[in-house]
Amino acid sequence: MQRYLVSRLIQSIAILFGVLVLVFFMVRVTGDPATIMMPREASPESIEAFRHKMGFDRPVIVQFWDFLTHAVVGDFGNSLHFKIPALPLILERLPATVQLAAGGMLLALVVAIPLGLVGGSTPGSVWDGIGRLIGLLGQSIPNFWLALVLIFFFAVRLRLLPSFGRDELRSMILPCFVLGLPTMGSLVRLTRSAVLEIRGEDYVRTAYSKGLRPNLIYVRHILRNAAIPLVSVIGVQFGYMLGGSIYIETIFSWPGMGQMIEQAIGWRDYPLVQAIAFLTSVIVVVLNLFTDMAYALIDPRIRYGR
Amino acid sequence: MGDRPVTNTPASANQISVSGTGLRVDEARRGWRHQLVYIGRLLWRDKSGVIGLVLFLTLVFSAVFAPWISPHDPLSQHLSESKLPPAWTEGGDWKYPLGTDNLGRDLLSRIIYGSRVSLTVGLVGVVIACGLGMLIGLVSGYAGGRVDAAISGFVNLILALPYLLFVVFIASILGRSLINVIMIFGITDSPIFARTTRGEVLRLREAGYVESAMAIGAGGWKILFDHILPNLIGPLITVATFTMSAMIFYEAGLGFLGLSVPPSVPSWGNMLSSGRKYLTTAPWIAGFPGLAIMFASLGMNLLGDWLRDVLDPRLRRVKK
Repeated sequence: MQRYLVSRLIQSIAILFGVLVLVFFMVRVTGDPATIMMPREASPESIEAFRHKMGFDRPVIVQFWDFLTHAVVGDFGNSLHFKIPALPLILERLPATVQLAAGGMLLALVVAIPLGLVGGSTPGSVWDGIGRLIGLLGQSIPNFWLALVLIFFFAVRLRLLPSFGRDELRSMILPCFVLGLPTMGSLVRLTRSAVLEIRGEDYVRTAYSKGLRPNLIYVRHILRNAAIPLVSVIGVQFGYMLGGSIYIETIFSWPGMGQMIEQAIGWRDYPLVQAIAFLTSVIVVVLNLFTDMAYALIDPRIRYGR
Repeated sequence: MGDRPVTNTPASANQISVSGTGLRVDEARRGWRHQLVYIGRLLWRDKSGVIGLVLFLTLVFSAVFAPWISPHDPLSQHLSESKLPPAWTEGGDWKYPLGTDNLGRDLLSRIIYGSRVSLTVGLVGVVIACGLGMLIGLVSGYAGGRVDAAISGFVNLILALPYLLFVVFIASILGRSLINVIMIFGITDSPIFARTTRGEVLRLREAGYVESAMAIGAGGWKILFDHILPNLIGPLITVATFTMSAMIFYEAGLGFLGLSVPPSVPSWGNMLSSGRKYLTTAPWIAGFPGLAIMFASLGMNLLGDWLRDVLDPRLRRVKK
């Protein structure tokens, strides 16, 4: 178990190093980072001055070393738009994004797990039908479009819910629903198929044949085993929500990191974009690491193996 | 499979139906034409698969025949007839069945032409991603050892990233063009194919028939073409269908953020993006392209679900 965790930790650090390399070279992929970051109408002289100021005229390897040593301690340079360090700007936006993702995840869990459990136990029933429909819709509805449709009906027509901002609890409802729906769909599908599969296992049949009460079998054998794949997917999906809320934050004017990256791209503020991309990756990678640790804790095959 | 007659099997065994399908085993074993009939029957039994196929064929049809089936030029503006509602609502005109946008362009024609962008990105993107991924996966699975560890590490790196964020990032740097969008999806989605290929190669290398082939002295290339590649087709086609659905979806998303094809090109994402401003006064401008994205995505997903069941015989029995 310890060896497994240590190897996962080393792997995570390697991945984050890879992300730094990627983020560094992405703004250089067209050959000249200065023209990407300067306004389109900038004069050649001002671009030249900017290039020198940012140090883009130094050898790439020197720039990379500089970038690396600063990034490791959380220094991504100043945001070009705000003229202050990028990191505190992002940290200021982080709570809003986490709040949105947490709300979306909560909504997804509350709806998906019961539906999946019922659907898996009674395939073909009405509840199973509803669960499968949610599974399909969550997979197919474009969330940026769903957001517009919901705004149109609930904010413009019915005037029930606010269409933007983060002022009150009610303003969380629409964005959380839109962000949570794809996860809801995949969790319903996963829970359903896990229950269906486990119901047919030998140990469940044995439990029945030795006369164990059905309720007890459900809790002790089916639920416990269905929880194993769920834990890993929930962790991964949460990371996906944190990095995938760009459309939703943009449409609902939700003041999180997703909205900021969209704005930063509009301002050509690439140091800020780089910082957001790296920080989000750190969060996602750490989340995946924790998920794997939780997975190892609840699954004896990993706990005792390796 | 193939045409080889099954001689040493008792006749009764041939009469056993492939469970759940009502088809006899011997039907499934005859030549490719029978295979097609067999697949057609399996498809007919799964109604959601039929819906998926119909939606997909509609998409292909509208993309291929766009100039002949669209009622108007998707680019011609009629400012006096701007923001006309759909024909069946008050103030609508059957001249423009789905209404017009803020510049008086016919929405139906723009949606039909928009399918060309979606389908091109989806198809070409998947071909690139699949080709690239398969190559990487084959090298990784065959080489093993350090090469495999390095490649798998890189693949895991890409798969661990917040996908959307990096796609948006790179698209904003490269600029708006069809080629750029295709290349972005082709490259960023190849790790999924690489992982699938590698997994299959590792599984197949251990398979009894591959071992037997090696034992009777078949060469590496022969094993690759006779045993590995044919067995890869099934899983890869399934992954390709889902990936294509995702590409159509994300292309529209990039268009929505103004990062996909140039604004002059009619695409579903661009239409959504410009329609968003008129959400309160003319909701149909953003509404219809969104429906188009949804049905295209739904079709590919249903098709993918069905293909997964049909191409993987182990799953066929699980289906009710």
